[in-house]
Amino acid sequence: MNRFDYVRAGTVAEAVQAFAGAPGAQFIAGGTNLVDLMKYDVTRPGRLIDITRLPLGDIAEHDGGLRVGALVTNANLAYDARVRSRYPLLADAILAGASGQLRNAATTGGNLNQRTRCYYFYDTATPCNKREPGSGCAAIGGVTRIHAIFGASESCIATHPSDMCVALAALEAVVQVTGPEGDRSIAFADFHRLPGDDPAKDNTLKPGEIVLSVDLPAADLSKNYTYLKLRDRLSYAFALVSVAAALELDGDTVKIARLALGGVAHKPWRNRQAEALLVGKPATRETFQAAADFVVAEARPQSENAFKVELARRAIVRGLSQAAAGTPQSLTDKRIQ
Amino acid sequence: MHALRAVFAPTCSPFREKPFLLERLMLIESGSPVAADTRVGISLTINGQHRELQVAPWTTLLDLLRETLDLTGTKKGCDHGQCGACTVLVDGVRVNSCLALAVMKDGAEVTTVEGLAGLSNGGAGSNGLHPMQAAFVEHDAFQCGYCTPGQLCSSVGMMNEGHAHSRDEIREAMSGNICRCGAYTNIVDAIEDVMAQDGAAQDLGAAR
Repeated sequence: MNRFDYVRAGTVAEAVQAFAGAPGAQFIAGGTNLVDLMKYDVTRPGRLIDITRLPLGDIAEHDGGLRVGALVTNANLAYDARVRSRYPLLADAILAGASGQLRNAATTGGNLNQRTRCYYFYDTATPCNKREPGSGCAAIGGVTRIHAIFGASESCIATHPSDMCVALAALEAVVQVTGPEGDRSIAFADFHRLPGDDPAKDNTLKPGEIVLSVDLPAADLSKNYTYLKLRDRLSYAFALVSVAAALELDGDTVKIARLALGGVAHKPWRNRQAEALLVGKPATRETFQAAADFVVAEARPQSENAFKVELARRAIVRGLSQAAAGTPQSLTDKRIQ
Repeated sequence: MHALRAVFAPTCSPFREKPFLLERLMLIESGSPVAADTRVGISLTINGQHRELQVAPWTTLLDLLRETLDLTGTKKGCDHGQCGACTVLVDGVRVNSCLALAVMKDGAEVTTVEGLAGLSNGGAGSNGLHPMQAAFVEHDAFQCGYCTPGQLCSSVGMMNEGHAHSRDEIREAMSGNICRCGAYTNIVDAIEDVMAQDGAAQDLGAAR
């Protein structure tokens, strides 16, 4: 681990100020991703700004929904009674990820800001445009089992590893941030970005900006939902493909459809045209298959992950079927019904 | 490749921090940077004992426990939050001590495997063990024992959380602790046994 200055921020203003003019400054909260990256020398911050003492650890009622402070831990968010009853899709997605220990430390803001688990990003002996802009991408043509099938570029084929963010994308959360230029709101769909020719940037935060909260909208999607996560182990593994599905039904007819995929792109992957295809249609397997086919039609797999295309297609159908039936994927019994 | 690198990570930090004399105590002032070459003064309550310590900002809680305080019960396995061998309770909550910077835990109460027995209501039970430790012995819930301190702290933390009740739920909630000897079946037996003990939930006790 490299040597760094340490600043303990007592207020948000202090945190923002501590960032200014400090080369390589980074905010740290749970540290579950950043400390790991520092141990591998993937990240070498010149200054760590400890934000754990900022007053951002509460979940509060907000505009008919909930405002989740950036420092709320993954565990506290997933087990909050209001979240469990009103946003069970979010609770399930969080509990599908990481381990008990990690969820106790990892925070909401940190989950949004976590980096990819691409092997080549972690391996400082190989080129990586995300770690070292302009150095190239060793993943392309390499071991690509875990990589993107949607929205990748010639510079980067990494995926965003979060489960929580897939649910937040489906729920259309809003990210509240502040920074040197003041406060702003970012729609969840606009928070993470595709790699393009600048994969070093995972998201649209500007330098020195800090996440204050994630706002969950009032919309009730608590009845017909599922978080279906497919991975190489039954627990404590990143998704090969995951599906966050939420429906609002009027009888057998789909009124609202939300569909987001994890493990397949540089950001939680939503396809609004596919969602539109579902609306007004009967909630049947045929309807879901048509939407799934539409989503995977634009998949562009790498040399070793073509299996993800079919896996995603089937996972979408299964996820939408689970949501429609009101039988969300169990967190403990991993059999896929 | 990464797994290998992780497994064979050196267990001795090149900057061993003995002795931890309070020669240059630098207190942390909110908003003021502590330069990279400075040690900072923090206080921790470790297994019930209040400690004033000086740490370099990059010292993990795990390295502080093992290298400075000689509390070597807590194990360094992968050093990357993947194996759970380093699990301790911080303010009663189980975390990976390898991913926690000690300086950030200033003021916290830390319980390691050495202090587990002191958590159980009325002090240690038979043979001076926490009920979970006694159950691990009873059920032969280990072979080499390297993961055991982490398994113990994690299972006590898991029971404090109170979300796991069935065997499947225990297995899921304990998935952050790897046992390469494969003692999982007996580990779950031991945890189930403690859970079933009458009033066990109250007796296990959090760190505070």
